[in-house]
Amino acid sequence: MSGRTALLSGNEATAIAMRQARPDVFAAFPITPSTEIPQYFSKFVADGETPAVFVPVESEHSSMSACIGAAASGARSFTATSANGLALMWEELYIAASLRLPVVMACVNRALSGPININNDHSDSMGARDSGWIQLYSENAQEAYDQFFIALKTAESVGLPAMTCQDGFITSHAVEPVELLEDGKAAGYCGTWKPGRTLLSGPVSMGPYDGAEFYMEHKRQQSDAVSQAFEAHARAVREYGALSGRLLDPVEEYRLDDAEYAFVLIGSSAGTGKDAVDRLRERGHRVGLLKIRLFRPFPAEAIARALSGRRAVAVMDKCDGFSGSGGPLAAEVAGALYGTPAAERPELRPFVYGLGGRDVWVEEFFGIYESLRNPWAADAGRVEYRGVREEAPV
Amino acid sequence: MSDILKYFRQDRLPHIWCPGCGHGTVTGALVRAIARLKLDKNKVCVVSGIGCSSRAPGYLDFDTLHTAHGRALAFATGIKLARPDLKVIVMTGDGDCTAIGGNHFIHAARRNIDITTIVMNNNIYGMTSGQYSPMTPKGFLGTTAPYGNVERTFDLCKLAEAAGATYVARGTAYHAQMLVDLCEQALTHRGFSVVEALTQCPTYFGRKNKVGGAVELLEWIKDRTVNSKAAAVLPPEKTAGKLLIGELYKNPQPEFCDEYDKVIAQVQRKFDGFRGGVRGCEQNSD
Ligand SMILES: Cc1ncc(C[n+]2csc(CCOP(=O)(O)OP(=O)(O)O)c2C)c(N)n1
Repeated sequence: MSGRTALLSGNEATAIAMRQARPDVFAAFPITPSTEIPQYFSKFVADGETPAVFVPVESEHSSMSACIGAAASGARSFTATSANGLALMWEELYIAASLRLPVVMACVNRALSGPININNDHSDSMGARDSGWIQLYSENAQEAYDQFFIALKTAESVGLPAMTCQDGFITSHAVEPVELLEDGKAAGYCGTWKPGRTLLSGPVSMGPYDGAEFYMEHKRQQSDAVSQAFEAHARAVREYGALSGRLLDPVEEYRLDDAEYAFVLIGSSAGTGKDAVDRLRERGHRVGLLKIRLFRPFPAEAIARALSGRRAVAVMDKCDGFSGSGGPLAAEVAGALYGTPAAERPELRPFVYGLGGRDVWVEEFFGIYESLRNPWAADAGRVEYRGVREEAPV
Repeated sequence: MSDILKYFRQDRLPHIWCPGCGHGTVTGALVRAIARLKLDKNKVCVVSGIGCSSRAPGYLDFDTLHTAHGRALAFATGIKLARPDLKVIVMTGDGDCTAIGGNHFIHAARRNIDITTIVMNNNIYGMTSGQYSPMTPKGFLGTTAPYGNVERTFDLCKLAEAAGATYVARGTAYHAQMLVDLCEQALTHRGFSVVEALTQCPTYFGRKNKVGGAVELLEWIKDRTVNSKAAAVLPPEKTAGKLLIGELYKNPQPEFCDEYDKVIAQVQRKFDGFRGGVRGCEQNSD
């Protein structure tokens, strides 16, 4: 039912998805570890494999600006970036979202400076979680490839920008077998974007001053669009599943059925976590894993359903939100569980791990599991760092 | 050699630069100039952005600040205003300085703030593996220009001069001794001084463009430059299309921190007895 399988890195697979999705414009500026994506894409352009225009700009501030300008005129527009590149786009991220322009970005997660570090964690895209962008996180190259299409479809159907996130180096550079769609099928899935109104289609004014008289109504509309994105995403997932045989629901439950304990996380560490779950299961422990793919909008209901009734869950953040009580995933999951009846509500323990490329081993999960089964070692409400050399000063 | 080693954080060596990279030659030239001028190590602050070139300060035993891509001059401006007594030096790449950081460059020049900027121009984004930069000559290849760059370059020295820099020079990693002299002149100049140092990137620029390794690239740099003094007396066909090297512009002008202090002094005189003001606040923190 699908096309060929190829050995690809997450970056190359993403670049292929981008070509197959037939953009009009691709604007980018290089930054490790996402650099390869624009590089592959510029080659597609140069080799005539896509009619898209490649815009090599002088900074990410400009690449996102170029995407916004292009999208405002009705062009399907893509970009790719990481870490400080994403940070430099900040101002424009909000503008893309509020202008309701479905720009699609491949974010290859890298620790945000400082200190400068080029390796993986989620501090870059987590910082952009409230910018109004849809966010999808991938475990491996296959998901990075698949979710690019889903992101595009969701974005264009509700008029919101979307970013797909994959772990820098771990996913972006490691080579894995990836099942690709045939070009024609991919193009059929993506269709053509039919924007409501665009520049150059008659006089329209985009982005003018929006005073107290209307600003809030516009924000309410934006918020409604985010709510609609749940349904749009579900539709996009269903259609993609029918096309590819791969179902990429907002969350993935792994051996959770009778689990008393669970790991909750995002991204490539899910692979290691699943391995840890298998080994713990072999030893008779009732433990499972919940992987979150869709982070914006946040699938709180699905998460509450999956976790309620467990004894304790470890929510693992590859990013310290510096809130003093754990990372953003922990806070969001806690929020999701608040509505569950007290008797069903699991104990929630926030962990921070894998910052700046710190390796994550199966043993790390064993340790976290031990911690889950025992009374909380960290002070109540505090976060526990894992895989770190020194104890946090008390 | 031993006279300059003391300016290096030797425990940070070996450096990350590729074999044949010219960034070490340029760093060496700057350090030699500092050694000649016998600058007090504790009065020198070296600031850089991001890139292969911007890694240089990490190896230097001064106060150093490694900042964000393109922003070194903005950080350096803050340092210079807070501590006008420091010798502030910015080490930057052609991408760092003229692409993502282009705006800071022209405004630092316009203000004529007393900062020496050494631009290591290897005509490419080295660190991110060879994308073309605003200094990649037209027609040359980069990983984002597989069939040749269609954009025009800046003439960095003319840009600096037009924006208001008061000392502008161009040197090369080939003419290493001359580069030391130019750095020395730039360091002694009060105001915004710029030394564009043409340097070789054999790994990306050389390989991608089939110019060759470090030696061939240095020859290439030699062949595309001509000494500005010689150029003045050479027939036009000998200088056509070549980049001038040497001291290209020097025009002392009021310096930004000095001008700033003058205004402060003026205002303080006017409000004599008024216990406030920017630089006077330490005495008034009761
Ligand atoms: C905001 C941001 N965008 C992109 C990058 C990625 N990046 C690191 S170095 C570099 C280019 C450096 O080129 P240049 O200044 O010419 O220095 P060279 O490495 O050639 O010495 C880029 C694009 C970054 N670090 N930060």
